Amino acid sequence: MKNIKQFALGTAVALGVGLSGAMTTAVQAEDSNYVPLLTYRTGPYAGSGIHIANGMHDYLQMLNERDGGIGGVKLAIEECETGYNAQKGVECYEATKGKGALVYNPYSTGITLQLIPKAGVDKIPVLSMGYGLSAAAVGSTFPWIFNVPDTYWDGASVVIKYIGEQEGGLENLKGKKIGYIFLDAGYGREPLPLLEQLAEKYGFELLQYPVPGAEMQNQSSQWLNVRRDRPDYMVMWGWGAMNPTAVKEAVKIRFPMDKFIGVWWSAGDDDAAAGGEGAKGYKALNFSGVGPDFPALDDIKKLVVDAGKSSTDASSIGSTLYNRGVLNSVIIAEGIRTAQELTGKKVITGEDMRLGLEALNLDEARLAELGLKGFAHPMKVTCEDHAGSNPVFIQEWDGKKWRQASDWIEPMTDVVRPLLEQAAAEYAEKNAPWPARTEPCPN
Amino acid sequence: MLYDIFIDPFVQMYQMPDFFLQVLWEGFVAGILYALIALGFVLIFKASGVFNFAQGIMVVFAGLTLVGLNENGVPAYLALILTIGVMGVLAYGVERVVMRPLVNQPEIILLMATIGLTYFLVGFGEFVFGGEPKQMITEQLGLPTGSTAFEIGDRGLVILQHIDIAAAVIAVLMVTALAIFFNKTRIGRALRAVADDHQAALSVGISLNQIWAIVWFAAGLVALATGIMWGARSDVSFALEIVAFKALPVLILGGFTSIPGAIVGGLIIGFGEKIGELYWGGLVGGGVESWLAYIIALIFLLFRPQGLFGERIIERI
Repeated sequence: MKNIKQFALGTAVALGVGLSGAMTTAVQAEDSNYVPLLTYRTGPYAGSGIHIANGMHDYLQMLNERDGGIGGVKLAIEECETGYNAQKGVECYEATKGKGALVYNPYSTGITLQLIPKAGVDKIPVLSMGYGLSAAAVGSTFPWIFNVPDTYWDGASVVIKYIGEQEGGLENLKGKKIGYIFLDAGYGREPLPLLEQLAEKYGFELLQYPVPGAEMQNQSSQWLNVRRDRPDYMVMWGWGAMNPTAVKEAVKIRFPMDKFIGVWWSAGDDDAAAGGEGAKGYKALNFSGVGPDFPALDDIKKLVVDAGKSSTDASSIGSTLYNRGVLNSVIIAEGIRTAQELTGKKVITGEDMRLGLEALNLDEARLAELGLKGFAHPMKVTCEDHAGSNPVFIQEWDGKKWRQASDWIEPMTDVVRPLLEQAAAEYAEKNAPWPARTEPCPN
Repeated sequence: MLYDIFIDPFVQMYQMPDFFLQVLWEGFVAGILYALIALGFVLIFKASGVFNFAQGIMVVFAGLTLVGLNENGVPAYLALILTIGVMGVLAYGVERVVMRPLVNQPEIILLMATIGLTYFLVGFGEFVFGGEPKQMITEQLGLPTGSTAFEIGDRGLVILQHIDIAAAVIAVLMVTALAIFFNKTRIGRALRAVADDHQAALSVGISLNQIWAIVWFAAGLVALATGIMWGARSDVSFALEIVAFKALPVLILGGFTSIPGAIVGGLIIGFGEKIGELYWGGLVGGGVESWLAYIIALIFLLFRPQGLFGERIIERI
């Protein structure tokens, strides 16, 4: 029934405004702040994308319902379906940027890479929260791109650090084999430079198992290779249908699941549940809250989900990817609030939003004030560092749900930061003439 | 280099017989699953000369219908029967709405119509069932789960998944049933007559419309079996539609009109890509599986352009 209502609403809106693939849930007005959400609820990656989209939408909608928006100004939220396709993502960007978009969340490294050169030209920041181009953390080169709270290179360094801890120290990684199974796309290839560097530094062998997008649900060859190579640990950078298939295949070849660690995008509840009982012990990185027990999530349930203003049902609230979407919108909302404070304006522009994101300071007190105490590690953006290299934790699947299995682990910033700066310089050189930063620094 | 190509792979096969047997088993299972998908294409091509672009999405649609009905409280076996009914309704609808108005149109028009059907089923499927992947109701359907491991002396284990064994058994039963249907029944013979010559079949009173509805229904049943088996191995999601195109090299190899060709072609591709990937793939950096199947098919085409079992067409001028 809910699907029929959504379909009818979506069709009516699409017909009414002549927009294909876009679902408007609030009408943009001059007295609102317009937030387009590039989402994917269809296609091979919908299994991950739907939860993220719901989380992002519902938090912003809750602010509208509970607080009347931010700073007394409603948020105009509009979704545009990208299908995780870079071309469609750019089409969504072009179709919505003229409406006063404050920020873009591409939810795809491929789309992010396309938008990076456009952001500075159109004066609209891109928030690629924990994904995208790692080098974009260097604010002096990429003033319009934000990948707080962590880059993929931070994540990869935490995985290696964690594996080192399990082995009694990083020095004990010498001679070990670490397998890396990844979606053979910009996203999956992004951590490779760092992993290769760490392999050289610590003397472990890095075995690579690329999974082409068309073969996401047909991974038996990759896992047969894993069985033959007998790596000591497996690390996964998967998305969409790749994740549950990989977990199932790992169970099938009897790979020890406590030595199988996914990135934070391979941490969905459905991903792990697909492996059944055999998936117990599967681990994944995470930087957002586990479970539904947060006052802000209670407000979402009461004001948005129970009120029939969400596409999700209450049982999804608290799932890893839903919470991730919520955190994404928390950062958007705090960016808007900070921008309003900095500029004294209620209705802000993309340029104002950039200032707000660059001055973002989500400390413990603010998280508690938002009803999200412990939901994320405190994070602060600076003009130099747009990621923050914040600590992340390891979560473990107990057969039914995720539970936090480690303290917060700091990334290896001593290794990651110089590499980020080098990569940023290389990017600027390759894309010459890359504009020198002229944007003001708010802090 | 020559050693790596001509000697080392065979040394590995000898030194790790458990692994080699596992590769053969995985190749066999993959081959069976490819063959099941290819079978759906062959059935429709045989009867109407149409390359059914929608076969992949029919696999997804059938799987989603089954799981979706069960999620809404319909018992598994009743859901299975209802899904068969849905595939029947779909077949009838396709015949009435898509095929019948396009009789005697060029084949490219019919192909375009099946592409349109694909997008309709994608949209309709997402509208009814949502875009989220669903877990196949393997246990509720009484299909076996778990695995059995066989020790190969002291050389290691071969692990057989019970669902894979079930897939093989179901595929064999399905092919046998189709073979009996085509060869021993009146409708089957009529279908072969339609495949040979539409006009001749019409002239002896065979109903083209009825045959097409039956053949689309048969392809729907094959899609359902494929959806259950692939769904049990990963999950039922729209990504499965892409996997269905793994059947293309199988069709090139086996011929578009041969049921045995689909089976043998599927097995050759299944074995070939697994052995190629595992023993020779490393020489070129791995990841050869996605294109090796086409290379195998093209090599066969050099010698048999009509495919292994396809009909040789000779047109005299």
